[in-house]
Amino acid sequence: MSHWIIAPVVLPAVLAALIVLLARGNLAAQRGIALVGAVVLLAIAALLLLASTAGPEVYRLGNWPAPFGIVLVLDRLSALMLALVAGLSVPVLIYVIGTGWDARGRHFHALFLFQLMGLNGAFLTGDAFNLFVFFEVLLIASYGLMIHGGGRDRLRAGVQYVAFNLLGSTLFLIALATIYAVTGTLNMADLAGKVAALPEGEAGLIRAAAVMLMLVFAVKGALVPLQFWLPGTYANAPGPVAALFAVMTKVGAYAVIRMGTLVFPGLWPLIGGMLEPAAVATIVLGALGVLGSRNLARLVAFAAIGSMGLLFLAVSAFSVQATAAALYYLIHSTLAAAVLFLLADLVLERRGGLALQAGAPMSQLGLIAGLFMAGAVAMAGMPPLSGFVGKLLVMQAMPAAWVWTVILLASFVTMLGLARAGSVLFWKAHETGEMAPHPAQPLAFGAVGLLVAGLIGLTVFAGPVTAWLTLTAEALHAPAAYIAANGLESP
Amino acid sequence: MEALVAIAIGLLTAGGIYLMLRQRTYPVILGLSLLSYAVNIFIFAAGRLAPGLPPIIDKAQAGYTDPLPQALVLTAIVISFGMTAVIVLMALGSFLSSGDDRVDGGAE
Repeated sequence: MSHWIIAPVVLPAVLAALIVLLARGNLAAQRGIALVGAVVLLAIAALLLLASTAGPEVYRLGNWPAPFGIVLVLDRLSALMLALVAGLSVPVLIYVIGTGWDARGRHFHALFLFQLMGLNGAFLTGDAFNLFVFFEVLLIASYGLMIHGGGRDRLRAGVQYVAFNLLGSTLFLIALATIYAVTGTLNMADLAGKVAALPEGEAGLIRAAAVMLMLVFAVKGALVPLQFWLPGTYANAPGPVAALFAVMTKVGAYAVIRMGTLVFPGLWPLIGGMLEPAAVATIVLGALGVLGSRNLARLVAFAAIGSMGLLFLAVSAFSVQATAAALYYLIHSTLAAAVLFLLADLVLERRGGLALQAGAPMSQLGLIAGLFMAGAVAMAGMPPLSGFVGKLLVMQAMPAAWVWTVILLASFVTMLGLARAGSVLFWKAHETGEMAPHPAQPLAFGAVGLLVAGLIGLTVFAGPVTAWLTLTAEALHAPAAYIAANGLESP
Repeated sequence: MEALVAIAIGLLTAGGIYLMLRQRTYPVILGLSLLSYAVNIFIFAAGRLAPGLPPIIDKAQAGYTDPLPQALVLTAIVISFGMTAVIVLMALGSFLSSGDDRVDGGAE
């Protein structure tokens, strides 16, 4: 049994505590510890990604066997998500250090590491209640990060965000209690067998619980009509925090995929039937929001909502091909949204506001405009970047005329919105006012460059990545190996 | 007994949802607390109601009560307590910085 599986949870927890205890007033030490931690986490994630190809591996906490103790399960999907979190956290951390965001409030790095711990734990755990606990860990860290730096609007948006998520947590608990009341277990692999073996009479309760659970994940994934928290939160959060939050919506998608394929495959006609129209509405709302936003950060937030819609649409199809496409799009949209949120922050620092109206030209205008172009091309799904490949994969997996119409029209509207924003910010700028000087911040640009390089890498290596994701999707849709790794029998 | 617990959960939930839909932060937080109480009792009841029985298997007793929901409830109480503390502080910060405690008031 490899003890590396628990490292992505324990390491950030220990480092975060160390930062609070030992490096309270020393920002340089905090930065050092956090950066080393994030890089080591990236290395561990790469190691686990390699290890996961051998099949699911279970780590028993306290060495209690599966249905009685809590287990962590490393399979291809969880390893992929760990790598995505680690790969996102390093550039974001470099950006934070390069721009000095961490000096605007206290405990940024400790909260950042706790956030990573919550994310990693949520992706690794094989126990439904433990999933709730890790959700809370990542949420409470995100509350702190969201209001980092303070300010009236940020605090107000923060209260809405916390209230919305507390309600989500309450619903999560009700769903879990119902599931436990019906099946008597909360281990996911055990649930898979128990739910499949339920007599007809008890199926009503489990259906209600499954739908409530999916509602909770839809809140996290910002699926219409549960997306109201996202634009305000992401637009008011500090730029790099919003970039990290790009992976938080994906926690919702991950949980839907995990619970859907493992525990509720028999209930998928019900769940998928609800997901599909909601996903289409999300795509439409995201595209319209991009077109209608008068503020760059809100525009990016709506673009992120739209991408979640496409992701959930692919998930709702519930086939190996569609799930593989969804996973590819998941990686892509996380990176693309992060790039755009970081650029929005660069623009905010240079213009003093995010309103989409002509203003004085910015320092480093050409570089920011070029990076924005790359991010916008990726986000809208234009060739040559990975957004195009991702959308193509989803469309191939769902060859229905209405799906193609919705995706293509929404892409067009999104492109229009992004093009308008870019031309107002970067071209009309030359016509008015004096340029305010601003330091160059090579680290910050390097961080954005790293993320763009990730998008390019995802495009260039689309072949091997898709092959790997197809294997992942096949393993998800045939969870016998996952259940056997828990020492349990398949239904 | 079942009816009593069910009614209590229902009343707490109804009150919680009503308060949560109010405009100002204080009733909203109270509503969230009521909801978390409701949910705690609900989790507790998920292990079936078995009055007067120990949470371990004891040959001398007629049966046992499921200990797992009690552990779950403990976790849920701790988490909701912590979260309530966080939202109280954030609401206070928001009120002090803007002089207004409406949840969705204010300009963009």
